Amino acid sequence: MTRPSKYLKIFAYTYLVFLYAPALLLPIFSFNSSQIIAFPLTGFTLHWFETLLYQSTLHEALRNSLIVAVSSSILATILGILASRSATRYDFTGKQISLTFILAPLVLPEIIVGVALLIVLIQLGLSLNLWSVVLGHTLLIMPFSILIMNSAFNNLDISLEEASMDLGENQFGTFYRIILPLVFPGIMASLLIGFTLSLDEFIIAFFLTGTDTTLPVYIWAQFRFPKKLPTTMALGTLLLVTSFLLLSLSEYFRRRAVNSRSSVL
Amino acid sequence: MNNLVKVQNVSKSFGEVNAVNGVSLEIEQGKFFSLLGPSGCGKTTLLRLIAGFEIPKSGKILIDNKSMDGVEPNLRPTNMVFQNYAIFPHLNVEQNVSYGLRKKNISKDEKDEMISQVLELVNLTGLNQRSANALSGGQKQRVALARALILKPKVLLLDEPLSALDKKLREQMQLELRHLQRAVGITFILVTHDQEEALTMSDKVAVMFDGEVEQVDSPRKLYERPASQRVASFIGDMNFINEKALETKQGLKVNSEILGEIVIPKNQVSGNLSNKKIIIGIRPEMISIVSNNFDSKGLISGKITDISYFGITTYYKIECGPNAEALSVSAQNSFGQMDYKIGEIVKLKMDVNSLVGFLE
Repeated sequence: MTRPSKYLKIFAYTYLVFLYAPALLLPIFSFNSSQIIAFPLTGFTLHWFETLLYQSTLHEALRNSLIVAVSSSILATILGILASRSATRYDFTGKQISLTFILAPLVLPEIIVGVALLIVLIQLGLSLNLWSVVLGHTLLIMPFSILIMNSAFNNLDISLEEASMDLGENQFGTFYRIILPLVFPGIMASLLIGFTLSLDEFIIAFFLTGTDTTLPVYIWAQFRFPKKLPTTMALGTLLLVTSFLLLSLSEYFRRRAVNSRSSVL
Repeated sequence: MNNLVKVQNVSKSFGEVNAVNGVSLEIEQGKFFSLLGPSGCGKTTLLRLIAGFEIPKSGKILIDNKSMDGVEPNLRPTNMVFQNYAIFPHLNVEQNVSYGLRKKNISKDEKDEMISQVLELVNLTGLNQRSANALSGGQKQRVALARALILKPKVLLLDEPLSALDKKLREQMQLELRHLQRAVGITFILVTHDQEEALTMSDKVAVMFDGEVEQVDSPRKLYERPASQRVASFIGDMNFINEKALETKQGLKVNSEILGEIVIPKNQVSGNLSNKKIIIGIRPEMISIVSNNFDSKGLISGKITDISYFGITTYYKIECGPNAEALSVSAQNSFGQMDYKIGEIVKLKMDVNSLVGFLE
């Protein structure tokens, strides 16, 4: 690997600034004492964060978001493990096509996916509630799960599995004693990224939720109330920080999954 | 003589490639058996077929007279030492070695005893708690051996176990493996492309080319009486001289520019005896250089054109005639042995008893 040129560094930093500077407005105005979102800043306060403690609808939305995020990340990870395992270890007809379809949500516009799912669910006669959101989010998260688990499984030497079987373990024992511990970082990365994606996801949640709101949908609804704007921004700040931390943690695990000593010698 | 492993007309293909083509073998119990051949000859595939990691397209494999049809690897009386050792990286030495014991109902004390015993057998005593990542290549290999031997399999399968080690360690391990096999009395089946390795360690060797077994014999017989030119050139070095032969009652009569008039006994020749064309093979060490000063009636004369020094031996390239290919002659650099120079004219003496002939 050669060192990057000075111009590449400048470009990279400029790019990052353009990308993230707007997001920095969130924390700036969350700590600003004025109720009006405008410069110049008037003073420092933690008041807006305090108000968050008293919004019961907010707490309900948070609870719903957590339920959806946990459920969909777990479901997507399980399905991702199964799909990835078959993709990396087995050959079967239609493998390429199935994978292409499963990975499609990565490139399809979310609105299209949201509306399509809405139509399907209504046709099936299913009511719209948190579980329909879980379904939608699982669909969205699965491509990420599969991609992460693919790297994890590809990094796992097949001779380790063969050795386990040679020594007397059956498929289940091998999975539990050898495969699972060695792809564990990949599983953690998948769960964390899935959780974060679901937590921040607005469009699908908006289309598929019934009366139960998730956090992003709640935030969107709050924009009708200009007086509540700083409070909403405080919430946004918290969400931003949480997502950042979770994604960093996920990346840490993902790197361990790819670089770990699951490969032999 | 109990043939523990019987391979009966086994074939296996991967797509269009015939990896193993109608191979039949019988491997005696308690012996060190090797599968030798160049890369791609099917030896590893055959080993994996015996282990159960591949399923034969046709044919049968029997271990201890029981058919292995439909028997999964974890239920076969075999254990394998993988080429890359396949040591479980998240476990330490003790956990690796005792991995296969988990399924058996053995008391903790008995388990510990078995672990100590097998670690002593492979010279790894005291390394129980060492993490797998902190092991050297040689140590990993011993752990792989211990892990397999502790389960007391009927057959131990070894897939090129020494190929990743440096030369000194490899030579040391060759001797250790042979001693180990004799000590435990388990049937070993080893796959290697290194013919020196196969000859050093084995009781019997099967030489394979292109998915088929060409010759099965003791190391000595393989070296001294190769069944075909392919086997002859794969094992050790050999000089090949093309001649015309005439079949007589005593053997094959050859009138050669280099060798003179010789008769090769029929038991030293393979192929169709009525064929006229013969390729005569002679090992470099079976030709000796005699100084030009000696009374050298009946000896071949040649000029040294190249010298390669190997410490123990020196290889001389000697041209004997304008038409023939140069002969490779080796001489031990032992006490009293003479040194020859490039350009020197020397006389050559050959051991006719060591000649082999391959009729086309």
